[in-house]
Amino acid sequence: MSIRVENISKVFERFPALNGVSLEVKEGDLLALLGPSGSGKTTLLRIIAGLEFPGRDGGKIFLDSRDVTWDSAYARRAGFVFQHYALFNHMTVGENIAFGLRVRPKKTRPSEQEIQRMIHELLAMVQLPGLEKRFPTQLSGGQRQRIALARALAVEPKILLLDEPFGALDAKVRKDLRKWLREFHDRTGLTTIFVTHDQDEAFELADHVVILHEGKIQQSGTPKEIQSRPANPFVSDFLGLSKN
Amino acid sequence: MSRSRTHVLPGFHLSLGFTLFYFGLLVLIPIVALTLRTFSEGFPTFWNAIFEERSLASYKNSFGLSLLAGGFDGIVGLIIAWVLTRYDFPFRRALDALIDLPFALPTAVAGIALTALYSPQGWIGKFLPFKVAYTPLGIFIALAFTGLPFVVRTIQPVLAQLPVELEEAAACLGANRFLVFTKVLFPAVLPAVLTGITLAFGRAVGEYGSVIFIAGNIAYYTEITPLLIVMKLEQFQYSAAAGLGFFMLIVSFFILFMIQILQTWNARRSGGRV
Amino acid sequence: MSAFSITSHTPNHDPKPIVYALTVLAFLSVGFLLLLPLVAVFAEAFSKGPAVYFETFRDPVTQNSIFLTLRVAALAVPLNTIFGVAAAWAVTRFTFPGRRFLISLIELPLWVSPVIGGMVYTMIFGLQGWLGGWLEERNIQVIFAYPGLVLATIFVTFPFVARVVIPLMESLGQAEEEAAVTLGARGWQVFWRITVPRIKMGLLYGIILCNARAMGEFGAVSVVSGHIRNQTCTMPLQIEILHSEYQFAHAFALASVLSLLGIITLMLKVYLEGQTTRRLPAEVPERRRQRDPATPNP
Repeated sequence: MSIRVENISKVFERFPALNGVSLEVKEGDLLALLGPSGSGKTTLLRIIAGLEFPGRDGGKIFLDSRDVTWDSAYARRAGFVFQHYALFNHMTVGENIAFGLRVRPKKTRPSEQEIQRMIHELLAMVQLPGLEKRFPTQLSGGQRQRIALARALAVEPKILLLDEPFGALDAKVRKDLRKWLREFHDRTGLTTIFVTHDQDEAFELADHVVILHEGKIQQSGTPKEIQSRPANPFVSDFLGLSKN
Repeated sequence: MSRSRTHVLPGFHLSLGFTLFYFGLLVLIPIVALTLRTFSEGFPTFWNAIFEERSLASYKNSFGLSLLAGGFDGIVGLIIAWVLTRYDFPFRRALDALIDLPFALPTAVAGIALTALYSPQGWIGKFLPFKVAYTPLGIFIALAFTGLPFVVRTIQPVLAQLPVELEEAAACLGANRFLVFTKVLFPAVLPAVLTGITLAFGRAVGEYGSVIFIAGNIAYYTEITPLLIVMKLEQFQYSAAAGLGFFMLIVSFFILFMIQILQTWNARRSGGRV
Repeated sequence: MSAFSITSHTPNHDPKPIVYALTVLAFLSVGFLLLLPLVAVFAEAFSKGPAVYFETFRDPVTQNSIFLTLRVAALAVPLNTIFGVAAAWAVTRFTFPGRRFLISLIELPLWVSPVIGGMVYTMIFGLQGWLGGWLEERNIQVIFAYPGLVLATIFVTFPFVARVVIPLMESLGQAEEEAAVTLGARGWQVFWRITVPRIKMGLLYGIILCNARAMGEFGAVSVVSGHIRNQTCTMPLQIEILHSEYQFAHAFALASVLSLLGIITLMLKVYLEGQTTRRLPAEVPERRRQRDPATPNP
């Protein structure tokens, strides 16, 4: 599914979080939203997801050319992975993953057998087989991260949105998971956007990078393009590039 | 297709609607009724009810003693909160749990218990050369009893969240313990102390059950304002009762307003969330 | 508003004599001011021996007061619980103009004298009240009857569940509920499957606290009840009657039952505080919905 963001603006209690942001994500792309704290990147991600809505004349969101600006998150088939995972701590890993399937109306709900099969499949996909009966509090950060991903994937989303996916993890785990996420993306081919403030992460992982600052896009392009030709002083400062 | 007020989570209209309905029906409308009744017999009745001798005498008890009790609770409460957050000793958890006792105990029970203790033949009363029960002192004790948890529970979180570095920095700069307390620690907890005292005061002003037993309700001496309201109601002087009640309600609103301001000040000063 | 007190242990630099002195002072003040009255209740209750104590509960008037108290709580507490949860949901999961005002208004009954809590209903339903004549014609009794008792109790105790659940839901954050919505859960599913399991313990405490206050309510109920023996006397009113008749042992015996309820409430609070500090997940910062413009979020 392709994503088009058209002139999105969002104000929180007179604070302008986003100011006329537009971008396009091609089908199957892995895009990074990069920027310092307060740049508006998570807000943009949440608006694309349907967890926030722009102001009345605050722009539009299109998924595959369909205007979804006021559609709910679920209606958009957008899978969202929260920064602190938001796993349901009172449910087992298996129940977490199956949640999206079990809340469906009887007509579209898969059978219990089918659900169990999908749980196993998804756990295998995120390389955490056998953890169905554990509770999230018994898992490490990296494991919880992948369970959150498996849970989002269970409802077969068309796009995947990750909010600072590795922010809460320590350096070694972060590096490993980075590689893993890239391989995962190549395997599944899902259009994916992730938010980060870590430029190494953005440049290493993404096909395209969009740099945000104070609610506006500073530059967007492939990692190579941005690094070789920073568009303005903010970008070169932020990336630590010396001026030539 | 475009809805200007879309919510991500469900149930906005249902929850807010029910909340406003319940609150409006059970609280707002009755208060409006009270207000209307207050002035149904004209302003003079209202004015007389508030300013007659007996009412004025009751204010000394209801407001004056509440303020004193609040102040007393402020001092004692600060000590207790200090001890609970900073020291460790056997039965600390038990002591901490006991603080909430006045909150969990029914007012009438507290009332008769305090009377049993401080009446002239009471456990403590019989050893004292002066009367406690049936005097304003008795009322004071009852009000101090009711208000203590409010002060302690307001100060505790603020004390607990005070960064240790503050005192250590002051100490490094050469301040002795007394100075550290008066110049660094006490100013930091002052908003909490004042907020707690206001809460205790607000609670004490309207207190009925814990007070009327130990007060003895001697006319012009140990009557509290809520008691006067009850008496007027029993004599079917609805408007006068409403007048006094309305007056107390205004005071309550004012106290509530002050509490909001103080709590905001307290939160800002202690860096916590409101 | 705070639901649970924070008892933490911060390092102490005070000189030893001060520590001892203050600790002793703290124990003395709590002992004298708070513990002694509680002890007095039970001591007085048994002052004439266990036989007299148990005799209290064989008296039919006293028995009726107990049943009446339970019947009033049985209606007031569930209603207040529904209100508390609905209000918490509205106030912590959404932003709307007047939200903070509503939160402070909910606390109103705590700062209003309970006598006023009873009086406002007398103004409406009493013989000389607004609807007094209308009710008289139809022979409906509100004041000096069960409905009045319930109303007065509701007025005085309705903040209690809300006061516990609102800060609880505020601190738990709504990320899990948002996650549930992204996965396709609708309306009540989010509430029953995600919210309720998370607030279970706090809600239970709020209900028990509300119940203890409802059963012990004196001032408001005193005004609307008319003190009609055997019909409109709840336990606290019956305690007052027994006390005024100098039947002290009986009065305190009845009081001891309510005191026990209060003690159980306190014990539950301590237990729950122990639980929640262990059950909450280690990572803390849930995304706050109301953004402070001074500290923008990424």
